[in-house]
Parts: sequence; C-alpha cells; structure tokens
Amino acid sequence: MTRRACIGLLSLGLAAGLSWAVMRLPDAPAGLTAAALAQLPESGVTNPVTAVLLNYRGYDTLLEVGVLLLAMTGVWSLRRGEWPAGDLRDRPLLMSLLRVLLPMLVLAAGYLLWIGAFAPGGAFQGGALLGGALVLALLGGLARRLLRQEPLLRAGLALGVLAFAAAGALALGLTGRLLQYPRGHGGAWIMGIELATLISVGLTLGLLYLGGRPEKDP
Amino acid sequence: MTFPRTGALLILMPLAAAALAFAWPGHGRALARISAAAMTAALAALTREIMAHGVQMHRVGGWGAPLGIELRADGLGVFMLIIAALIGVAVTLYSPSYFASRQPESAPAKHNDSRQNTPSRQAAPPTAKSRDEDGQPHRTRYFWPLFLFLWTALNALFLSADIFNLYVALELLGFGAVTLVALAGGHEALTAAMRYLWVSLAASLFYLLGVALVYGRCATVDLPSLASKAQPGPALWVALALMTGGLAAKAALFPMHFWLPPAHANAPAPVSALLSALVVKGPVYILLRLWFEAFHGLITPAATHALGALGAAAILWGSVRALVQPRLKLLVAYSTVAQLGYVFLLFPLAASPESGLAAWSGGLMFLGAHACAKTAIFLTAGNILHAAGHDRIRDLDGITHALPISAFAFGLAGLSLVGLPPSSGFAGKWMLLSASLAQGQWWWIAVILAGSLLAAAYVLRVLTHAFTRVPNPLTPKPVPPVMEWTALALAVAAVGLGFAAHGAAELLQVGAPNAVASRDNNGPPAKPASAQPQPQTPPEIRRLDSCPESTLPGAARPPHEPSPPDRTAHPGAAQRTPGPKGGHELSEAGVQPRRAAICLARQARRRSAGGWSA
Amino acid sequence: MPDAGPEIYLLAGVALFVTGVDSLLAQSHPLRRIMALNVMGSGVFLVFITLAARTPGAVPDPVPHAMVLTGIVVSVCATGLALALADRLPPATGKTRLEHRPDTPNSPPDRRKEEGE
Repeated sequence: MTRRACIGLLSLGLAAGLSWAVMRLPDAPAGLTAAALAQLPESGVTNPVTAVLLNYRGYDTLLEVGVLLLAMTGVWSLRRGEWPAGDLRDRPLLMSLLRVLLPMLVLAAGYLLWIGAFAPGGAFQGGALLGGALVLALLGGLARRLLRQEPLLRAGLALGVLAFAAAGALALGLTGRLLQYPRGHGGAWIMGIELATLISVGLTLGLLYLGGRPEKDP
Repeated sequence: MTFPRTGALLILMPLAAAALAFAWPGHGRALARISAAAMTAALAALTREIMAHGVQMHRVGGWGAPLGIELRADGLGVFMLIIAALIGVAVTLYSPSYFASRQPESAPAKHNDSRQNTPSRQAAPPTAKSRDEDGQPHRTRYFWPLFLFLWTALNALFLSADIFNLYVALELLGFGAVTLVALAGGHEALTAAMRYLWVSLAASLFYLLGVALVYGRCATVDLPSLASKAQPGPALWVALALMTGGLAAKAALFPMHFWLPPAHANAPAPVSALLSALVVKGPVYILLRLWFEAFHGLITPAATHALGALGAAAILWGSVRALVQPRLKLLVAYSTVAQLGYVFLLFPLAASPESGLAAWSGGLMFLGAHACAKTAIFLTAGNILHAAGHDRIRDLDGITHALPISAFAFGLAGLSLVGLPPSSGFAGKWMLLSASLAQGQWWWIAVILAGSLLAAAYVLRVLTHAFTRVPNPLTPKPVPPVMEWTALALAVAAVGLGFAAHGAAELLQVGAPNAVASRDNNGPPAKPASAQPQPQTPPEIRRLDSCPESTLPGAARPPHEPSPPDRTAHPGAAQRTPGPKGGHELSEAGVQPRRAAICLARQARRRSAGGWSA
Repeated sequence: MPDAGPEIYLLAGVALFVTGVDSLLAQSHPLRRIMALNVMGSGVFLVFITLAARTPGAVPDPVPHAMVLTGIVVSVCATGLALALADRLPPATGKTRLEHRPDTPNSPPDRRKEEGE
C-alpha cells in the first residue's frame, strides 16, 4: 500500500510539473513549416512529411530502418518462432476470402508507397499494410513455403538497411554529402529507397508476429 | 579523406556490415574485422583533420541546421570515437575465441541455479530445446550483427549534433545492449536483460518527451543552435529535467543504478566489456552536450552540485557494494557504478569559473581510462571463467599460476582503477583533484580519496586471492592466447593513456564548449563578474574579451555556422538563420588555425605540467 | 484548429504519459509493463502532434509528424523485442514477474499480486 501510494504521489508530481511546462509553451510556436514548404520543390516530393522523412531528416530514417533490423535480429536471437498451425483445406470460406484480400492488400501497399510522394502515405504505411497481409497469410498457413526460405527472408529483411546505406554512400560520392540526392532526381532516389524499405518493413512486421526465427517446421 | 567521407564511413560501414552479418550469418567475424580496420583508418584521418583544422560540421542531405541534421566532429566526439574504436577492436579480436570455447549455458549462472533450471528447461520444449541444440553457432551467429549495430549506434551518437537524431541513436544503442545481455542465455542474464529493457525504454521516452518540449519552445532540435535559442523558462527547465532524468537512468547514476550490476555481470564477458566501457558512456556524453553546450544558459550551480553529489554517492555506494560481492564479475560491475560517479564530478567542477578545462579534460580522461581498464578486467574475468569455470572470488586462490598474463593484466588495469601513477586513471583523478583544490571544493577531494581507497581495497581483495601460493584445486582449462593478450593490451592502454594525457588534453580542447573553455582562460580569478554563470551574456562575447588564446579553432566559430570545408552553396544554406553575432565572430573564426593551435599546445603543456607537479 | 483549445490535447498527452509511468512503476507483469510503455509513448506522440497543429498557417508542421512516425516504428520494435524477451522468462525462471532487486533483498515489491484489476 505504501509503495503504491508513493508511486501515486510521484506520478501526481510528475503530472503537475509536465502540465505546468506544456501550458507555458508558446501558443503559436514557430515550427519549421515555412522552411519545410520553402524547400519542398528541391526535395523531389510534394508531400512535406515524406520530404522530412526521406530527405530533410533522411538520416534519422536510415538509423530507424537500422532499429527495425536490430529488433528483428534481437527477436530471432531470443526465440524460435511459433508457426501458426493453420490448415485451410477444411475452411473454404476463409480461403477464398484470403484469395481476394491478400492481393488487394499488396496492391494497396504499393499504392500507399506511390501516393506517399504527394499525399499522406509512404513506405512505413505501406509496410504496415504489407506486414498485415503477411500476418494474415501466416495465420491462414499460406506462407509456410516462404518461412522455409530463411536465406531469402534474411536478405529481404536486410534489404532496407543495405539499400538505404548504399544510397547514402552513392549520394556522398556524387554530391559530396551523405544522403544528398543529385539535384532534380530526388523523387526517383526517394522512391527507390522507399521501395526497399517497404519490403523490409513489411517483412519485419509480419515476421515479428512469429515472435522468433522461423526455424524448422515442427 | 575529409570529414564528410570519414564521418559517413564511420556510420555506414558498421551499419552495412551489421545488415550483411545478419543476412549472411557465417561471415560475421570477417565483416567485423573488415569494418574495424576501415573504421580505424577513417578515425585516424578524422583525428588528424580536426587537430589541424578544428571542428568539422557536415550537413547531411545538404540541408543544414534547423531543417536538416548535422554531423559534427569535435574534440570530445572524436575522443569518444577513439575509445569506442579501441574497445571495439579489442572485442573483435577477443570474441571469436571466447564464444568458440564457452559452454552453451553461461557459467555465471552455473553455481547457483543451473541445477534447478535444467528440468524446467526441458519441460518447455521449443525455446529451450533450440537453445541447447544451437549452442555455440547460435550465439556467434547473432553476436556479430548485434555487436556491429552497437558500434554503429556509438559512432552515430558521438557524431550527431541533433537531439532527435540522438534519440534514435540511443534506441539503437539500448536495443543492441539489451539483446547482447540476453545472448548469455541463463535465467539471471535474461532477468537482468528484461529489467535493463524496462529502464532503457522508459528512459528513452522521458528523453523523447523532453525533445518534444524543446522543439515546441525553440523550433529546432539542432544542438549547437540551441545554445543561443534556449532561454530559461518552465518548458525548457522541465525538458532538461526529463532528458537528464532519462539519461541518468541509462547511465546508471546512483539511485538508478540498480539495473546495471546484474546486467553487466551476467552478460558474456566481451559484452560486459562493451557495456561497462562504452554503452553507459553514451548517455553521459549526451548529458555533457546538453549541460555544457545546448542548455548551459539554464544551468544553475545548485543543479551541477546536485549531479555531483549523486556522483559522489555513486562512488561511495558502488565501491562499498563492490567490496562485498562474492563474484568477480559482480564486483567489477559495482565498480563501474562507482567509477561512473567520478565522471559526474565533472559537472560541478567544469562548470566553475576556474580551472574548468582541467576538470573537463580530467573527467574525460578518467572516462577513457575507465573504459580501457574495465574492458581489460572484464576480459580477464572472461579468461578466468573460461579456465576455472566460475568466478567466485574466494575460490580464485592461485589462479595466477594458470593465467599469469591475465593476472598481470588485472593488476595493471587495477592500477588504473585505483588511480595510481603513472596510469591514466591517475592523470584523470589528478586533474579532477587539482580542479577541486583550485576551486576550494574540498568535499569532492574527500570523496575522490575515499573512493580510491575503497577501489584499492576491492582490487586487492581479488589480487590477494589470485596471488596466493596455494595451488588451485581445479585443473584449469587452457585459455587461447589471443584472449589473454587482448586483455593485456587493453590494460597496457589503460596505463599508457596516462603518458598520452598530453595529446588527449590537446584533442579535448578542440571545440571544447564555451562554458568550459572560455572562463578557464580568464587568467587571474579576480573577476567577480565571471565567477557566476551568466545565462544572459552570450558565451561568445565572454570568450572574445577574455583572452587572445581563446581563439580555439572551431570554438571560436559561432556554433551555428558551418565549418569552411562545408560551406559550398546549397539551397539549404539560405535557410540558416544567421546568429545574432554572426558577422562579428566570422572575422575571428578566420584567425590562422596555426596560431591558435600553437596557443593550444602551449596551454595544454602548461596545464599538464602544472597538473603533474603541483 | 489552433483556437480550438489545443491545450486540451497537450494535457491529454501529459495524462497518458503519466498514466504510463504510474503503471510501469506499479505493475510487475511484463505484459502490463509493455502496455504501460506503449501508453507513455502515445502520450509523447500526442504532444508532438499537437505541437505540429499549433504552428501558424494552414499546413501543420511536417517535422513533428515525421518524428512521430520514427517514434512509432521504434516503439513497435521495442514492443516486439520486449514480448520476445518476456516470453523467454517463464521457461527459464518459472515466473512471469521480476524478482527483487539485489540491492534490497527484503523489499516486498510483489506483495500485492493482482490488486489493480
């Protein structure tokens, strides 16, 4: 009881301090909207969030893709995954639903990737959808053949980091700065990086669902 | 190679190697070796460059500060990178033999829980079975990518000049560290890893909330430009408190150190070395950046003394706990808690008007000394575990006969931990001591001396057992020579860094924060005006009128200006807001680097001469 | 949007963050702690998003949006890692809660097992 009370008091104090701080923040903070919009034509995309994510602050995203792969490595080092024991032969309705749903999800992921250059969307949003599709396929027992291809999975998971790092190095060689894309080609570079990222994000999210490395089918 | 290339290489090389080591599991060791060699070469070039031309900035993507991210290489950052590389290379050399020779289940857990553990492990089929089946290959297969990710995180951390980017680097560091602890397997290691993960994740979120408040207030997350934008006020006070709390928890500062000993003691030996030597130093490094650079205007002497007091408590508590530990690795882990305390003494001492730079260099020298010494000791502990199968201190009698080189390495590293001359631990402690003396803060002297005595006691406690003439009842397993020699090399480095104190001090002055460098040059401490930190006065102005020697290369450059090599025109450049005193400083920044360098060297020589003889 | 009282959202963010901190400290089951961390994270993200919405002009500030996106990805990774690690604990220790801290051998942190629901 005393412990709980102490924690409660601590939390109340924290809440008071934080509320005081956020109430004293400027009402209309300067932000970087103007700067971000002013450079938008240079960035190669017209969606400002994508411009920040893959151009202005693309280096953050490079490390972030690294965090994804690191988490995957960590999870694989910790556990062997549990394969969902699905067999769809006796569930024709679910099977036919998945037949329609999975291609649509993959298509939608691709659409989100493409639209990210102009409107809300992008590699991570598309990747989340792709990951969802993979989870569905795993649950339905449709991805067993994929799971047995461990080298392929490893390559796909590492693809995002490798492509992003290679793009960074290549840009450095061409323009003298890390991740500075050649003028006028920003859109194409961003799309290329995003495509690789999309595949890795989708695979990572889907395989995180397994909770471990997809070793030997029990 | 110039900074854009060396800096990019230091980040991209280990990152790509980590991804390749994951994709291509058999080749981790080769990838680690190649990237270690490449990074060492790049780091040598980078060190030469900043010694010659001062602080280097690199605008990633070409955008520049408020909108984009900048990388920065200055004395402090490169010093940390060098330490990271030293330890990284040692671990690269040591680990293959360590992992090849260890039993699948880690020995630390063996003496008290393996027996109860075995049945439950068999009872839980998939996970436990795979662990046993995999045994060694499993562990090395995942060690290399994780280790390379950790190295990436450290390099990214020490090069970043952006507080949000530092958050991402911190997460990379934390995930890598936790997973490496868990790699040891046993239940103690897993429990420790779990606790470490809670602390690490919660601390990161505190830091991130602080970043949000900073962005809301200052509309930038660029570390150098925050120095001029951060005005005292509730939002920033709370932000700084949040970030400091989070980072202190990650750095295991005294009341929040509880997670460290089990995590560091139960990890595989090379991992323990990485954690103690480097991982806990990352958050300390960010704290230094925040307190002495970005938010220096907000800091009051009371705050620095509070942090110093926690450091002092850590020294005493950690040392006392180390004295009573039954296991060598636990002893060493508690010693890490204590030794980190010394680095926190830097906050009250370096923030003082007098001999701040001595305290700054001393504290950081101590940090480097500790990194080398602790790595040597953890690797030695790994050798002992390998040879004897346990690390119970009272059963180590006569282990010297089996492991003479390791015992010698332990002794040398212990010398540095205690702080005996001529080790680098001594050099660092001496500079801290002389700074406390000069500032009349005698209480820190008492703490440093007490800590040294306690350190001597716990180091001797191990050595007396190790050096007894009683033959050890166990027949020790032979230890691969590379494991012994790597430990010895690090121990020699821990002592040898003391002889290189000169060069290190010179390096550390490159771009030392104004808060430290300026007031140190004040000469006679008669100026009462400069005795108090003055948030209102921009640091540049104080520095300019203080002393001609203050034209440190790089430090004289206003923090928000890019360095000359990076000044090629780019759309991003127009975006930068010229600082309030930009023009004024630019003329000063152009002062011949050579003159400044000579000034610097003279200063360093005078200081270290004074430090050694006074 | 800026005049619709965005303080409410900032305070909601703070409330979420503090709720998360509170249950992280009070709860000991790994699953609850993982949820607590996610609640904390949501609080931080809400603060970021509100800051973005408060900037003058029709378009919200894209920079905090990108930061939140990064934060979300990191927190998904953290959750995955924490779940895998938490799952390794029961087979090794037979327990789903953490043991006492070594420093305080007799402190009773797990005294009340299932008090809050």
